[in-house]
Amino acid sequence: MSQLNSKIPEGPLDKKWTNHKNNINLVNPANKRLIDVIVIGTGLAGGSAAASLAEMGYNVKAFCFQDSPRRAHSIAAQGGINAAKNYQNDGDSTYRLFYDTIKGGDYRSREANVYRLAEVSANIIDQCVAQGVPFAREYGGLLDNRSFGGVQVSRTFYAKGQTGQQLLLGAYSAMSRQIGKGKIKMYNRHEMQELVVVDGKARGIIARDLVTGELERHSAHAVVIASGGYGNVFFLSTNAMGSNVTAAWKIHRKGAYFANPCFTQIHPTCIPVSGDHQSKLTLMSESLRNDGRIWVPKKQEDAEAVRAGTLKPTQISEEDRDYYLERRYPAFGNLVPRDVASRAAKERCDAGFGVNKTGEAVFLDFSSAIERYGREKANVEGIENPSKDKVMALGKAVVEAKYGNLFQMYEKIVDDNPYETPMMIYPAVHYTMGGVWVDYNLMTTIQGCYAIGEANFSDHGANRLGASALMQGLADGYFVLPYTIGDYLADDIRTGAISTDSPEFDEAEKLVKDRIDHFMNNNGSKTVDHFHKRLGKIMWNQVGMARNEQGLKQAIEEIRTLRDEFWKDVRVPGSPDGLNPELEKAGRVADFLELGELMALDALERSESCGGHFREEAQTEEGEALRNDEDFTFVSAWEYTGDPGKANLHKEDLVFDNVELKTRSYK
Amino acid sequence: MKLTLKIWRQADPQAKGETVTYPVNDISPDMSFLEMMDVLNEELVNKGEEPVAFDHDCREGICGMCSMYINGEAHGPDRGITTCQLHMRKFKDGDTIYIEPWRAKAFPVIKDLVVDRNSFDRIMEAGGFVSVNTSGNTQDANAIPIPKEDADEAFDAATCIGCGACVASCKNSSAMLFVSAKVSQLALLPQGKVEAKRRVLNMVEQMDKEGFGNCTNTGACEVECPKGISLSNIARMNREYLSASLTAKD
Ligand SMILES: Cc1cc2nc3c(=O)[nH]c(=O)nc-3n(C[C@H](O)[C@H](O)[C@H](O)COP(=O)(O)OP(=O)(O)OC[C@H]3O[C@@H](n4cnc5c(N)ncnc54)[C@H](O)[C@@H]3O)c2cc1C
Ligand code: SF4
Ligand code: FES
Repeated sequence: MSQLNSKIPEGPLDKKWTNHKNNINLVNPANKRLIDVIVIGTGLAGGSAAASLAEMGYNVKAFCFQDSPRRAHSIAAQGGINAAKNYQNDGDSTYRLFYDTIKGGDYRSREANVYRLAEVSANIIDQCVAQGVPFAREYGGLLDNRSFGGVQVSRTFYAKGQTGQQLLLGAYSAMSRQIGKGKIKMYNRHEMQELVVVDGKARGIIARDLVTGELERHSAHAVVIASGGYGNVFFLSTNAMGSNVTAAWKIHRKGAYFANPCFTQIHPTCIPVSGDHQSKLTLMSESLRNDGRIWVPKKQEDAEAVRAGTLKPTQISEEDRDYYLERRYPAFGNLVPRDVASRAAKERCDAGFGVNKTGEAVFLDFSSAIERYGREKANVEGIENPSKDKVMALGKAVVEAKYGNLFQMYEKIVDDNPYETPMMIYPAVHYTMGGVWVDYNLMTTIQGCYAIGEANFSDHGANRLGASALMQGLADGYFVLPYTIGDYLADDIRTGAISTDSPEFDEAEKLVKDRIDHFMNNNGSKTVDHFHKRLGKIMWNQVGMARNEQGLKQAIEEIRTLRDEFWKDVRVPGSPDGLNPELEKAGRVADFLELGELMALDALERSESCGGHFREEAQTEEGEALRNDEDFTFVSAWEYTGDPGKANLHKEDLVFDNVELKTRSYK
Repeated sequence: MKLTLKIWRQADPQAKGETVTYPVNDISPDMSFLEMMDVLNEELVNKGEEPVAFDHDCREGICGMCSMYINGEAHGPDRGITTCQLHMRKFKDGDTIYIEPWRAKAFPVIKDLVVDRNSFDRIMEAGGFVSVNTSGNTQDANAIPIPKEDADEAFDAATCIGCGACVASCKNSSAMLFVSAKVSQLALLPQGKVEAKRRVLNMVEQMDKEGFGNCTNTGACEVECPKGISLSNIARMNREYLSASLTAKD
């Protein structure tokens, strides 16, 4: 089994990437034509990688389970993308973006990777503008910025509340151009089911054509996993319904270490759960915290009255409102990082101040912003002594221009008008910092198998800052992987096409077939969703926003029992020879049931609190997270041993040469 | 609420297909339409029957995957939303709801309510892009200022989610709204202008090849479009197309 070697280049931090690029092996253009690369996923990471690799001359085969690459989950990202452009002249720089990301991640990420990310960030914006991505602009015609949680500069580029959509359509158009040229062969409605490893190298995959049900063999000289995050292990999350861990888990089972699985991000501003029928949760972009103020009633009796529906939030006076983030964290106020904001909401609701029927919601209020914008606008338009109504109307128009689609989305779901009454929000599972372990080149512990985008673990440590996932996905796909993959493929120019007619492909295909046969012949009594929901409950209650030793141990036991029950009793109707959504779900839930246990194990092992991982045993008297740098300044990289509960822990020590480890304070 | 659902069932592309009636009970007005379908499917699986296949993913109106023709309207009775954003409070206890797939020659049914929309992808492959490599050697993003009005208009056109409701609502199954949204977005931006002529000719040619019908300006597409893509895009595309055909050299 391979050793953990992060392959961080020598030299000063700001020279590492340049030096590395100058020193790695290249594949000449004629030889690239002889090399095939498989890319699993067409989100920002996979889409940008596939397009770039094809442009460089490689033969790319790209896969996604949706009916078109344009529908990958990245499409749903709302708020924006960071880049250290310093267009606002507010003191931003590559170093500051690097520093904010390291600090925001609570000092659990790799300096070299994060610096590179900050370094290439500016390029991303140039690239996207050149592709025709319509970012928001100011009247002077230049690009506009907003700010996001955890930072004090405005470096977030955006396209209303549809930034992910616009960026993904950019990557999709770059892909489309290459598909048209025949350099990318696109496999829509295909799901990767197994990795094929030959002589220790990733050489292909088994994919299921979701329309015909056929199992297909695809070979390549390298396999790139860009399959997104695993938040759906919680059943309810802001991820799309189909988001899953299968591709990442399958390579884990074949030898790729899985890093920091317990690092999950709970996003503070989502629409609260409304009932048992709920199938997913909807995010209200963090950008709303730029203008929205978060509060709960100061008095318990007011909270109770609001819950009972006898008191309206607008009837509660200023003095009786507790703007708890502004109170606890005056320096950052409503813009504290996500983990801090989420825990603070939970703390207020647990203390009995929650505001919707379930008691699990807080207010996000725009009335101050509407008024402020209204006054500004009245000034600009030269309206003297505008009436309150006029001010509010002007202000509403400004807020609508900024967040119109989010407000509409909210109104459609909740049937409440957020321009008139505050939104209700609650934290929900949103993003997973953990993922497949990769080295500086983004290669996993399997030779020739790479992981990019949310599927890997590399850049966000224990907590991701807002607007940094889009940045990372595009950095990996456009600017990092296309270089680093050449270093490995340079040795493969004489290999020739990889045959799919080998014992390794036979074996991988048999594995997939046996699993499908099991599901189809199981004759169980309960639906896949039944098990998924139960898993989700265990994860949310025991491995969610706050974790403790006893709960985690219990979760491990419960998940193991549930997993056994699933295999014995799950019911999958229909036939394997055609479109069968229940069969697709069964495969995904089977993998979540293994991952869930590893997450609990990882959370148990890490008895410190850091970033999104909060161990109740490790907190200050004021309830703030207590990190333990002495014992936990490392990445946990888990090796599969046949039983997720008996995974082997490898530690990659994190070395900080350029920043000083500090207590993360947003006060 | 209690409802009667009349759903199009079709086992595969070759099968004939038929409407099947299913009663559902205990539907809460707070459920989304797709959550109501989940309830039905859970019941069907528990009875050992095959659940109704339908496309969906994000369930928040942005991926463009969901696609149901509900009571004779693409994405159902509400405006400015996709099927997944439709909520049951738009229906009354006792209602009968007809649910069908998109119907168009260029969107063949795969199974039940699932159709094949890859014709849209092929139109995009014919020209829905700016021919610029992803090398990172592009000029600074602020090198060319773009008037805010143009940028905003381009953005509005770019919010198309490729769902195909426009095609499903059109009596001619025309894809003009979809194609014109992409053409407009890129024609409005300096980056896209360079190859605007080639783009519009190629995309329209591919659209015709796929078997989409002609536009007769009925405007049903604009009404049903969940993203409010405006008919003015079609007018712009017609202008672009005309001027491109007049000056085309090859
Ligand atoms: C609601 C929401 C809002 C967000 N907003 C922001 C934001 O404002 N800013 C920000 O920076 N980040 C945001 N994020 C996070 C960000 O969107 C994601 O982290 C990022 O888009 C992930 O991109 P990706 O390319 O890694 O994966 P994805 O976009 O998830 O793509 C995964 C791809 O893999 C494919 N796939 C998966 N499994 C298989 C398989 N087995 N076989 C074949 N194909 C497979 C899928 O079809 C898909 O194409 C948001 C996330 C959510 C949920
Ligand atoms: S134009 Fe509207 S209806 Fe047509 S595909 Fe785009 S979003 Fe859907
Ligand atoms: S499921 Fe994504 S738009 Fe409806």
